[in-house]
Amino acid sequence: MRNLPTRYFPAAVVLAAVGLTAASLLVGGYSITFEKLLHDPAAQHMFFVSRIPRTLALIFAAAAMSVCGVIMQLITQNKFVEPTTAGTAQWAGLGMLAILIVDPGAAPMAKMAVAIAFAFAGTWVFIAFLNRVRVKNSLVVPLVGIMLGAVVGSFSTFLAGTFDLLQTMSAWRSGGFSGIVEGFYEPLWLAAVVCVAAYFVADRFTVAGLGRDVATNVGLHYGRVVFLGVTMVALATGVTTVVVGFIPFLGLIVPNLVSMILGDDLRRNLPWVAALGVVFLLACDLIGRTIIAPMELPASVILGVVGAVAFISLVLRQRKHVNA
Amino acid sequence: MSTLSPSPAASTTTARPAPSTAPPAARARRRLTPGARIAIIAALVAVASACFLLMFIRGSFEFAFERRLTMWGTMIVVAFTQGVGTVVFHTVTHNRILTPSIMGFDSIYTLMQTVLVSVFGGLFLVNADGVPMLLGQTAAMVLFATVLYRWLFSGKFGSLYILLLVGVVFGMAFDSISIFLQRLLNPTDYDMLSVELMGRMSSVDATYLPWAFAVCAAVGWVLWSRRFRLDVLLLGRDAAQGLGINHKRELTAMLIVIAVMVAFSTALAGPMTFFGFIVATLAYQLTGTHEHRYVMPMAFLLGLFTLVAGQFVLQHVFYASGFLTVIIEFVGGALFLLILLRKGKM
Repeated sequence: MRNLPTRYFPAAVVLAAVGLTAASLLVGGYSITFEKLLHDPAAQHMFFVSRIPRTLALIFAAAAMSVCGVIMQLITQNKFVEPTTAGTAQWAGLGMLAILIVDPGAAPMAKMAVAIAFAFAGTWVFIAFLNRVRVKNSLVVPLVGIMLGAVVGSFSTFLAGTFDLLQTMSAWRSGGFSGIVEGFYEPLWLAAVVCVAAYFVADRFTVAGLGRDVATNVGLHYGRVVFLGVTMVALATGVTTVVVGFIPFLGLIVPNLVSMILGDDLRRNLPWVAALGVVFLLACDLIGRTIIAPMELPASVILGVVGAVAFISLVLRQRKHVNA
Repeated sequence: MSTLSPSPAASTTTARPAPSTAPPAARARRRLTPGARIAIIAALVAVASACFLLMFIRGSFEFAFERRLTMWGTMIVVAFTQGVGTVVFHTVTHNRILTPSIMGFDSIYTLMQTVLVSVFGGLFLVNADGVPMLLGQTAAMVLFATVLYRWLFSGKFGSLYILLLVGVVFGMAFDSISIFLQRLLNPTDYDMLSVELMGRMSSVDATYLPWAFAVCAAVGWVLWSRRFRLDVLLLGRDAAQGLGINHKRELTAMLIVIAVMVAFSTALAGPMTFFGFIVATLAYQLTGTHEHRYVMPMAFLLGLFTLVAGQFVLQHVFYASGFLTVIIEFVGGALFLLILLRKGKM
C-alpha cells in the first residue's frame, strides 16, 4: 500500500513540474503560442521580459521556501516550523520596512541585506526561545513562533501606520508574482544557490535533526550546523520576502508530504522537496491567474487558505499517530 | 501538557523581577487582604477617571466633557470584556500564556470589515446605521466561534493546544484573504478602513454604549454567578470532574461567553491582541489570591486604570493621544515574551 505512492511519486512530480512550468510560460493576458514564439518578435519580447522571469521567480521562491521549511524543521526538531510560523518572514518584513523608512531610495541590494540581517536575528531569537522554553508539547512551538511573529508584525504595522506605508506593506505581505519582470527577479538566484548548498550539507542537517546529544555523540559540531542552517534560512527568506513577499505554509506542507511518502533521508529527499514545492506554488499561481482573469489572485492568498487546511489536517493526523 | 501552576500569593514572582529579599513595602502588600487591594485599585481608578474627565479642559466644557465621557464609557467596556474575558479564558484552558485574541477573533473582524468596504465602499462604514451593524458583527463573530468550538469539541481534538493552533491558523488564513482584498481598494477607501481597524477609543459612537453596557452587565452576571465553579475549574480537568463539575459543558459555555465578550470588544474598539494578556497577568500578581470573585474585578479595574491613566498621560504629557492602544500592544507583547522566557515552560 505504501509502496505505490513511493514508487510513482518521483515520476509524477517531475511530470507535474514540467507540465505546470510550460503552462506558466504560456498562460497570461498576452496570448503566446509556440507558433508565435518562433515568428513574432513582440511575443518573443514578452516571453523573455515577463513570462520567463515570472516562472523562474516562482520556481526559485518555491524551492527556497520548501527547503527552508525542511532545514528549520530539522533544527528545531518540530514538524510544524517554517519561516512564517517561526516569525522569520515577519522579521524580514520589518527589516524591509526599516530600510524604507530610513532611506526610501535605497538600492535593492541594500534592502536585501537589511531584510536578511533582520531575518537572521529573528530566527535566532526564536531558537533562543525554544532553548529557554523547555517545551513538552510539539504544538506549542509553532504557537510561540506565531506569537513572536505577531509581535513583530504589530510593530511593523505601527511603524507603517506612522510613516504612511500601510498599503505598501500590505502589498508585499501578500506574495504576488504579477509584478515580476526582467530586472526584478535576479536576486532570487541567491535563493536557488542556497537550495543547492543545502543539498551538499543535507546529511549534517539530518543528523542535527536527531537532537544535540545524539548529533554531538556521532561527531557533529551541533552549534555550527544550527548556525549554518539559520544563515541559509535567513538568506533565502530575506531575498524571497523582498522580491515577492510572504509565501505562507509552503515550507510546512511540502516537507511533511514528502516525509510521509519517502521517509526522512534528507539528502535523498531534498530534490523532491524542492520539486514538490515548485509544483504546489506553480499550481496556486496558475489558479490565481486564471480563476478571476484578467484580475489576479496572488498565489500566497490561495496558499494561505489551502495551507491552513493542510496544516490543520497535519496536526490532526499527528494526533492519531504517535504523539511527539 | 504541563501548565503554569498558578503561584500562590506567597510567591515573590511579580511582573517586574523582584529582588530576592522582599522590601518591607512588599511584605506589607502581601498582608493586605484581596478586598483591600481591590479597594486601592478602585480608588486609583476613581482618581485617574476624575483627572481624565475634568482636567485641562479648554474651550467649551459641555463639549469636551461629553466627548470624554463617551471615551470613558468605551474604556469601561473594553477593560471589562478584555480583562475579565482573558482571565476566564486562562482558567478554562488551564494556561496563562495564550489569550482569546489568538483564536482568530481579530482576524475575522478585520476580514468582515474589509469585505464590507470592498463591497460597499469606505463611506458605507462611516454612514452605516451603527447599532444594528455592531450587533450584526458581534452575532456573526459569536456564531463563527460557536461553530468552531462545536466542531473542535466534537471529540476529534484531544488537546487544547490543538484547538488554539487551529484558531491561530484560521486567523492566518483570514488575514491572507483580508490583505489581498485590501490591495484591491482605492487609497481613500483604504484609509477609511485602516482607521476602522486600528484600535480606537476616541471615535466610538455614543449610541453604542447603552447596548455595550447591557451586554457587559449580562455577561458579568453570568460569570459572577459561576465564580465558584470557575475556582474549581482552575484545578484542572480531572480534579474538577472529580468534584462534580461537568467539565466539557462548563468549558463550552465559558468559551461561548468569552466569544461574546471578545467579539463585542473588537467590534466596538478594534482589535487588541495583548491588552487582555497584560491585564490578566497583572491581576494574578496583584490580587494575592486565585478566587475569581477577587481576580475578575481586579482584572477589570486594572484594565480600566491602564486605559484611563494611559490616555490621560499620553494626551497631556506626550501629546500623542492616538497611540494608546499601540503602546499597550507593545508593552503587552514584550511582557508576553518576557513571561514566556521567565517561566521556562508552558
